[in-house]
Amino acid sequence: MATLPPPPLPSDDKRWKLVSGAMRKNGYARHALIETLHTVQSSFGYLDDDAIRFVAKSLRVPLSQAYGVVTFYHYFSLKPPGKHTLTVCAGTACYIKGAAKLIAAAESKLGVAQGQTTPDGEVSLMTARCVGACSRAPVMLADNQVSGEMTPEHLIEQLERWAV
Amino acid sequence: MTIEELEQIAQNVRQENAKYDYEVNVCMDLACASQGAQQLADALAKTVETSGKRVLVRRTGCMGPCSHGPLVRVDPDNTLYEHVHPEHAEAIAASLDGKPVAELQCDLNEHFGSQVRVVLENAGHIDPEKIDDYIARDGYKALLTVLTEMTPNGVLHRITESGLRGRGGGGYPTGLKWSTVAKATGDIKYIVCNGDEGDPGAFMDRSVMEGDPHRVIEGMAIAAYAVGASKGFIYVRAEYPIAVSRLTTALREARRRSLLGNGICNTQFDFDIEIRLGAGAFVCGEETSLLASIEGRRGMSRPRPPYPAVSGLWGKPTLINNVETFANIAPIIRKGGRWFHDMGSENSKGTKVFALTGKITTTGLVEVPMGIKLRDIIEVIGGGVPAGRTFKAVQTGGPSGGCIPAELLDMEVSYEALQKAGSIVGSGGMIVMDDTSCMVNVARFFMEFCMSESCGKCIPCRAGTAQIFNLLTRISTGEAAMDDLALLEQLCATVKDASLCGLGQTAPNPVLSTLKYFRNEYIEHIVNKRCPAGVCTMQSELAEVTA
Repeated sequence: MATLPPPPLPSDDKRWKLVSGAMRKNGYARHALIETLHTVQSSFGYLDDDAIRFVAKSLRVPLSQAYGVVTFYHYFSLKPPGKHTLTVCAGTACYIKGAAKLIAAAESKLGVAQGQTTPDGEVSLMTARCVGACSRAPVMLADNQVSGEMTPEHLIEQLERWAV
Repeated sequence: MTIEELEQIAQNVRQENAKYDYEVNVCMDLACASQGAQQLADALAKTVETSGKRVLVRRTGCMGPCSHGPLVRVDPDNTLYEHVHPEHAEAIAASLDGKPVAELQCDLNEHFGSQVRVVLENAGHIDPEKIDDYIARDGYKALLTVLTEMTPNGVLHRITESGLRGRGGGGYPTGLKWSTVAKATGDIKYIVCNGDEGDPGAFMDRSVMEGDPHRVIEGMAIAAYAVGASKGFIYVRAEYPIAVSRLTTALREARRRSLLGNGICNTQFDFDIEIRLGAGAFVCGEETSLLASIEGRRGMSRPRPPYPAVSGLWGKPTLINNVETFANIAPIIRKGGRWFHDMGSENSKGTKVFALTGKITTTGLVEVPMGIKLRDIIEVIGGGVPAGRTFKAVQTGGPSGGCIPAELLDMEVSYEALQKAGSIVGSGGMIVMDDTSCMVNVARFFMEFCMSESCGKCIPCRAGTAQIFNLLTRISTGEAAMDDLALLEQLCATVKDASLCGLGQTAPNPVLSTLKYFRNEYIEHIVNKRCPAGVCTMQSELAEVTA
């Protein structure tokens, strides 16, 4: 079977070179779909239709399968993240130690529900299933920086620092 | 690489270390790092440099008692310091040839007293980014011994003799699993390490991958030799970026030392490992889902048989073991199957790492011999529930496990005993709850988890978990009737019996175990419309507020 050349990059954005590099490294194998999507998300912050189409076509994977994979895994996001991301861990140890209060405080301060971004695009409020810092529960991540033994007051302080 | 060369590397490291009079080990694991261990290590390194003393500052993996972090241990005196911050660097450096810094010293003799470290033997003692540190503590000795002195059958025999059982939760005998893959026909076989630690509240696999990554690689390579595989995958959660980076470094270092690749140790044995990232799906901890995910598909489970041992990755025989299982292999080879077999209880051998968290004085990672009393872990090692509150239950096994009440604390910790109590050992999460936790709410928390993590393939799990969740919501808001309890039990039985994979089959466990031991709390919610722990908000209270 003759292999088709990979499709042209969607734009001259340099980040696409990282994406095609990741696929080349895996020999454009179909099983590299998830790896490639990880590269797209880490380069662009999220996955849009163009990206999914490009990856699916490059790896010769049906669009339905690519879209299915993107929507199946929680880690992949179809929406662009805010300038900052606040993630509250909602794992069991954090839940027992009052993660719900942290989430409620963040929701009321930001005026958006978990999983959403403020209308001005400043802050995304996310929850995580467990980041593995259970011994210091409850835990939050401010732009991937882990802090433990959080209180609603500390969380609000963090949000206010971003607002300045 | 030969055994002699390996010994030479170890010798060099020891000579290098002997140049120092003191070793200051700084725990860099997530819990300590989140409290500024990085700045602390930098400050210590800077301070000792100007102190004129010969001191080695080492950045290590998890030392264990996270709630005392950031932790520093000074060797050779084995002095442990707690809550150390950069401003303490001077005092520690100054104390090195005198008395320890009293106000930072912590006494955790009780905490460490009943622990036995096998999997965690190197944690806190090596720099995980230096392969030579691992080699200096007998690392890769087991692999080279196996390759030069043992037949694959000999390895299988030793693992079987040890009585090791899968540490991912199932407890399937490791020797039997390996033998099945070894017997399977086919020229291509795979080794898969399950590092998709999805159980929220468990972090021992993260800690092992981050703090002692070569131990996992060595275990996988020995397994590959025993079953006849030449390719391995480590499947790690994307939520563990440090683990991914440490493993990437470790793999590169192992290749550089010719401990991975073609013709390892001048033998015919070829083996290499690739890392695969998970993407946030609890169900991928189930082996058939995990395989689907490695193949680049949605992580949906499939019926077994055929088991992965016969038909796994791309239809080839595949050995899947958990991180902690592989971490046990090298010591078993080095010290013998009998040695391992002599630890533990009748049917659960060796040690198990638990992540002790929740409402307990000392949180962190502990490693204990199987068969230890649950009470010893909670009260002696963990120091019990902080003063002023009373112990209510300990949750083991995560969303697949159950809650064990105070009256059962004298039970032994083993696969059988925990199962008999309606829970499981699971991956080793232990979350302690006090009287401020509502058991109905806890059950609802786990059911929400299973409901949203169900892959959706089979109806009992997909629809059943949602219905159980709805029932629990009604109970927790005081809108349920007593008949609903019977319905709840019936639904749990159906989901347990009829689900396709482990996720659904065990999802009812948190509900069933709380129903068994804390039925009164359910009845309080239903009959008196009251949450004894004061956690749940009743519909009637909401109505009063809005009226």
